[in-house]
Amino acid sequence: MTSSEPPVLPTLLMFRVRELRFHAELRERYHVLDFFTSGEPLHGFLAAAAADPDPPRALVTAGGDSVSVDAAFLDAVPSLRFVFSTGAGLDHIDLDECARRGVAVANSGTVYSTDVADHAVGMLVDVLRRVSAAERFVRRGLWPLQGDYPLGTKLGGKRVGIIGLGNIGSLMAKRLEAFGCVIHYNSRKPKESVSYRYFTTVHDLASESDVLVVACVLSKETHHVVNRDVLDALGKDGIVINIGRGLNIDEAELVSALAEGRIAGAGLDVFEKEPKVPAELFSMDNVVLTHHCAAFTKESRSDLRDATIGNLEAFFSGKPLLTPVLPR
Amino acid sequence: MMASRGEPPATKVVLLLVPHKDASFHAALRERFRVLDFFASSERSQLPAFLGAAAAAPEPPRAAIVVGAGLIPVDAAFLDAVPSLRCVMCLAAGVDFIDLDECARRGVVVANSGSVFSADVADHAVGLLIDVLRRVSAAERFVRRGLWPVQGGHPLGSKIGGRRVGIIGLGNIGSQIAKRLQALGCIVCYNSRTPKDSVPYRYFTNVHDLAVESDVLVVACALNKATRHIVGKDVLEALGKDGVVVNIGRGANVDQAELVRALKEGRIAGAGLDVFENEPGAPGELFCMDNVVMTPHVAVFTAESMSDLRDHVVANLEAFFSGQPLLTPVLPHSPVN
Repeated sequence: MTSSEPPVLPTLLMFRVRELRFHAELRERYHVLDFFTSGEPLHGFLAAAAADPDPPRALVTAGGDSVSVDAAFLDAVPSLRFVFSTGAGLDHIDLDECARRGVAVANSGTVYSTDVADHAVGMLVDVLRRVSAAERFVRRGLWPLQGDYPLGTKLGGKRVGIIGLGNIGSLMAKRLEAFGCVIHYNSRKPKESVSYRYFTTVHDLASESDVLVVACVLSKETHHVVNRDVLDALGKDGIVINIGRGLNIDEAELVSALAEGRIAGAGLDVFEKEPKVPAELFSMDNVVLTHHCAAFTKESRSDLRDATIGNLEAFFSGKPLLTPVLPR
Repeated sequence: MMASRGEPPATKVVLLLVPHKDASFHAALRERFRVLDFFASSERSQLPAFLGAAAAAPEPPRAAIVVGAGLIPVDAAFLDAVPSLRCVMCLAAGVDFIDLDECARRGVVVANSGSVFSADVADHAVGLLIDVLRRVSAAERFVRRGLWPVQGGHPLGSKIGGRRVGIIGLGNIGSQIAKRLQALGCIVCYNSRTPKDSVPYRYFTNVHDLAVESDVLVVACALNKATRHIVGKDVLEALGKDGVVVNIGRGANVDQAELVRALKEGRIAGAGLDVFENEPGAPGELFCMDNVVMTPHVAVFTAESMSDLRDHVVANLEAFFSGQPLLTPVLPHSPVN
C-alpha cells in the first residue's frame, strides 16, 4: 500500500444541493452520486446507484417536490440507512416508512430557526407599518408629489396567534414580546413552561388574534390549516404571516379574502406552487412577498454545511447523530 | 369661570400652526379651545398678517401648536409677533426649530410629544434594520417583478443575531430600540451626552469609537448644534464596508452627501432611512440601490399614535390653561425623545 493511495470515500446520494462550496466540501469527503448532474430520470439514477460497487448508505436531500423519500424510493436503494434533509421541513420524507425500515433521519435542526423567526418578524413589521409599500412610494418619486402616506398600525398590544410553537414559533414569540405584542398559540398539545395563552383550535386562535402566524410543519393535519373558516374568524383587520409551507394555507381563499378586504393584509414567504405567486397579489400594497428565503442568510448557509457534514460524519463513524429526527 | 354650554371659555385661545389633516384632532381641539387655524385661514400665505391679527385681537392667543414640518421657526421674531404667547406645544419630539433659550428668557413654556411616539419609532427603526440586513424590500421587488420563476436565486441577506448595534442617543426611543434588538440577539452599545446608569449596554464617549465597534449604527438622537452631521465621513469610515446606517432621527443628523457617496462606492454596506436632508424626497441616486431602504418620514405615523397624540396635546394644553405644569415640558439642554 503506497501512502499516496486515496482513501475510499463512502458513497453519498445527493439531491438538490446546488451551492458550489457545499458541493465541493461534500465531494472532498464522499463519493457523490448527484441526481441533478446525472441527466438520468429518477428510476434509472436510483437503479444505477443501487448497482454501484459501494452502494450509497446515506442520502443528502434539500427536499422540495423533486424527490419524495417514500416506500418506492427506499425499495429502489435498499442500501440506504440514513437520510439527511438540509431543509427545515420534512414533508418530502415518509417518516413512517423510514422508521419501519430502521432508516435513520436527521435534518438541519435549529440551524435555520433564528433566521426564519427574524424574517417572520421583519415581514410582520413590514405589513403593519407598510415599510415596503412606503419604499415603493419613495422610489416612484411620489413623496414630493403626494406628500402624505397612509398610516400604519401600531405593534404594541397586538395579539399574535402563532400556529406551531416549536423552535421557530418560540423564537418569534420572544422577539414579538419585546415589541409589546401579546402572544397566543395553538399547537398539538399545550407547552408546559410557557405563559402564552393556548387555544385548542386554530379557529379559536384566529378569533382572538390580530395577526396569525403559520410556523408549523406541513402534514396531513396542517394541510390548509388556514382556510376560509379561519380567515373569517381572523376578520377584516387581521393579518396572516406564513413562514411554514404554502400548503398550510388555502391560497385561493387567502387571495380572495385579500381581494375582497375580508382580511387586512399578509406577509408570505411561501406559496402553494413556488416559484409561482398569484398575480392578484402583485397589485396589493397590503401584502409583503418574499421568495422562500426566510431560512437563508450567508451565515446559515455556512452553519448548514457544518450541520450536514457533522451528521454525515457521525453516521459514517457509527456515532450518534447530531440532530436526529429518527429514531425519535 | 363658567362657560356657556358647548362654548369654550374665551381665554383659551390657541394658535394652530400645523398643516394637520386629521379631522378628529381638530374636533378635539375645538371642543375645548378657541382655535385660530393658520393653514385654514384666508391669510394662509401671510404669516405676519395672521399673527398680527391674532395678537391684536381682544383675546390674543396664549398657546401655539407647532411642528417642525410646519416650517414656522419659533424664534425671537415669532415671539415678538405674538407677545401674548406663554406656551408652545410641539407635536413632535424634535424641537430643533424652536429657540429654547429665547423661550426660557421670556418665560414661555415649551412642551413636546414626550414618549407618545417612542414605541412606534422604535418599531420602525428595527423594521428598517431587519429589512436592510435581510433584504426584505429587495426580495419584495424581486418577486413583484416576476423574477422568481426566471432567476430563481437572489442575493442572501445577513443574520441579525450577534450583530453589534451602536445606538446614537439612548433616550426613550433609543432604549426601546435596544430592548427589541436584544430580543433579536444583537449586542447593543451606545453613545449619549452622558452615560446612563443601570443600562447593560457598553457606553462610548464619542460616535467615532462607537462606529469602530459596530456593525450597525442607529441614529436616535435629537437634532441640535452638537448632533448636526454627527454621522459624517469620519464616522462612516470607522463603521466600514460591512456597516449599515439606520436613521430615524433627523436627516441633518447624517451628512447625506457623504452617505450617498459611501453607498455608491461600496464603502458601507447599506442604509435604512426614514429621514432626509431635504424632505419631502430622497436622493435619486439611492433609488437604484437594493441595499437601501427608504421610507417617507413615517416612523411616528400609526393610527394609534395619532389618537394618543390628540389626547396628549389636549392634556398638555389643559394643564397649561389651568395653571398646572406641562406634562412633557422641554427645557434648554433637556433630552427630548
